[in-house]
Amino acid sequence: METRRLASAVATANRPALSTGVVEPGERRGPTSAAGRRASIEGTVLADRVYRWAVLAFALCIPLLLLVIFVEVGRAGWPALRQFGFAFLTTSVWDPVAGEFGAAPAIVGTILTSLIALLIATPLALGGAIFLSDFSPSWLRQPLSFLIDLLAAVPSVVYGLWGVFVLLPLLRETVMPFLRDTLHLGATPFFSGPAYGPSLLAAGLILSIMVLPYVAAVSREVLLAVPRAQREAALALGATRWETITGAVLPYARSGIIGGVILGLGRALGETMAVTMVIGNRHELSASLFAPGYTMASLIANEFTEATSDIHLSALMAVGFVLLLITLSVNGIARWLVWRTGGRRA
Amino acid sequence: MTTPVAAEHRHRARVRGRGLARRRGTSVTMIALTCVAAAIAIVPLLLIFGYLLREGAGALSVDFFTNMPRPVGETGGGMANAIVGTLILVGIASTVGLPVGIGAGLYLAEHGGTRVANLVRFLADVLNGLPSIVMGIFAWQFLVRPFGHFSALAGGAAIGAMMIPLVTRTTEEMVRTVPGSLREAALALGYPRWRTSLQIVLRTALGGIVTGVLVAVARVAGETAPLLFTAFGNQFWSTNVTEPIAALPLQVFVYAISPYDEWHAQAWAGALVLIALVLLISVLARVAVRARHGRPND
Repeated sequence: METRRLASAVATANRPALSTGVVEPGERRGPTSAAGRRASIEGTVLADRVYRWAVLAFALCIPLLLLVIFVEVGRAGWPALRQFGFAFLTTSVWDPVAGEFGAAPAIVGTILTSLIALLIATPLALGGAIFLSDFSPSWLRQPLSFLIDLLAAVPSVVYGLWGVFVLLPLLRETVMPFLRDTLHLGATPFFSGPAYGPSLLAAGLILSIMVLPYVAAVSREVLLAVPRAQREAALALGATRWETITGAVLPYARSGIIGGVILGLGRALGETMAVTMVIGNRHELSASLFAPGYTMASLIANEFTEATSDIHLSALMAVGFVLLLITLSVNGIARWLVWRTGGRRA
Repeated sequence: MTTPVAAEHRHRARVRGRGLARRRGTSVTMIALTCVAAAIAIVPLLLIFGYLLREGAGALSVDFFTNMPRPVGETGGGMANAIVGTLILVGIASTVGLPVGIGAGLYLAEHGGTRVANLVRFLADVLNGLPSIVMGIFAWQFLVRPFGHFSALAGGAAIGAMMIPLVTRTTEEMVRTVPGSLREAALALGYPRWRTSLQIVLRTALGGIVTGVLVAVARVAGETAPLLFTAFGNQFWSTNVTEPIAALPLQVFVYAISPYDEWHAQAWAGALVLIALVLLISVLARVAVRARHGRPND
């Protein structure tokens, strides 16, 4: 099979226009003198070297691109970071008119919404992944994986649209009053206040839907990478099917699954459009999840085109730089954990 | 670190006292719960597609594909410019992202063990997780600010850069699946390395690479955040790549946050077209895989 494939590949590749002077199988052509042959071999060596350097140059574009992003965004945000110093991260005044900027509400909002998202998405994604890797009937496995993967293919703005016209009314009219009044959670500061709809809770919910496929895909990948012998050994020792999962499979896959969850966290932290559309965009710290808020990404998306003063622009760039630093480190940790367990795709 | 087997021993010691029936009961309950989790996971997907079809299909008509956006109050507006704009942006993105991605993927597959390769591979994964809004402000700083105006080129380059890590990693994986004997046979026949790589190895892996490329295209076609401050959007017909250009996701965003019901309907229609485009590309990707595996001489 392979030889046939090779033969056809060679045949198609063997167009006369592409002669390099190499002696082709089954024919004699090209330079026949010793000197000519040496020249052609040197030509080949040169061409190989050029090819190698070319692909290396393409590969080096990736570190270069990251470096340029890092330097450019950092440089643009530097004036604001220098002027406000550490207070930029800890204060919550955001006044473009007075030129006072502190990004604390956006930073807190980002972390809070991402945590809500993970809190909801992780059990579902992990449960789904366990079902898919160990318990699903084989006819269901492929379509179900496909559907969950499909969630990752839905563009962010479509989630936002759905969030604005379906999720927000649902929250405003049903879920929020239910949480606050029926369950009496309104007594705690976290679920108090008027139910507008656009809120940290809405952003957390939409994010949970968006990160679920990422956590599920990595977990499934890692669970499938757990050797069969691991499961068989546990079953042979008399464990039930569930005890096999908790005793033999999950411990083996643990760091990979944690990696997948952190990868989801990276997604949630940087997600922009859907969050911008449902979070309400208000620069204020509030303990209540019903209150509108900001994330770093939505703050940039919302104000960037309206920024008129240099320092406002620089402050937004600085927010971008902080976001960049956070997501890069989160992703770095996640990849390292996933690689360590041997899950390759993510 | 405790080994899984040791953990299992402890576990067994702990549960020995419990009755088998109870352990079996727990097992069945938990398995049922994982099944429920999988079911809940796909509920949002069904809801979103349901609403898209219900709300979007009503607003969809021939006008939508052929007409320009119209002001509020006028009927028969469409998104012809945004659809063409998205295609142009994806074209620019592919021109930027594909050569770099495929080249880098070839490097990683063929010189995979080196330190440089490991670093590049790791950074490609890190780049893959870069927030799209950060790519947006970077592209603005790098490609819009110096020239003083928004442009399709800047937008295309921004989403093209987002394609690079995706294309790199699939190219690497696909090239790695090409049997080593194929490469060795070509080299033994006197083929230079570069021709072996480009004409034998890359050619054999092409089906898989096309799939990866299409997946990357599908992903960036729906990106909005990197376009906000680069392509910017345009209410008028424009195919000039140095000018601001309309894009489907941008138009959906603008219409969705507007206060007008007619525009909301247009947003749903736009979202439906966008998702249809993304799915169409994904299906093409699957067909490409099938064509590769089902080739007659395989």
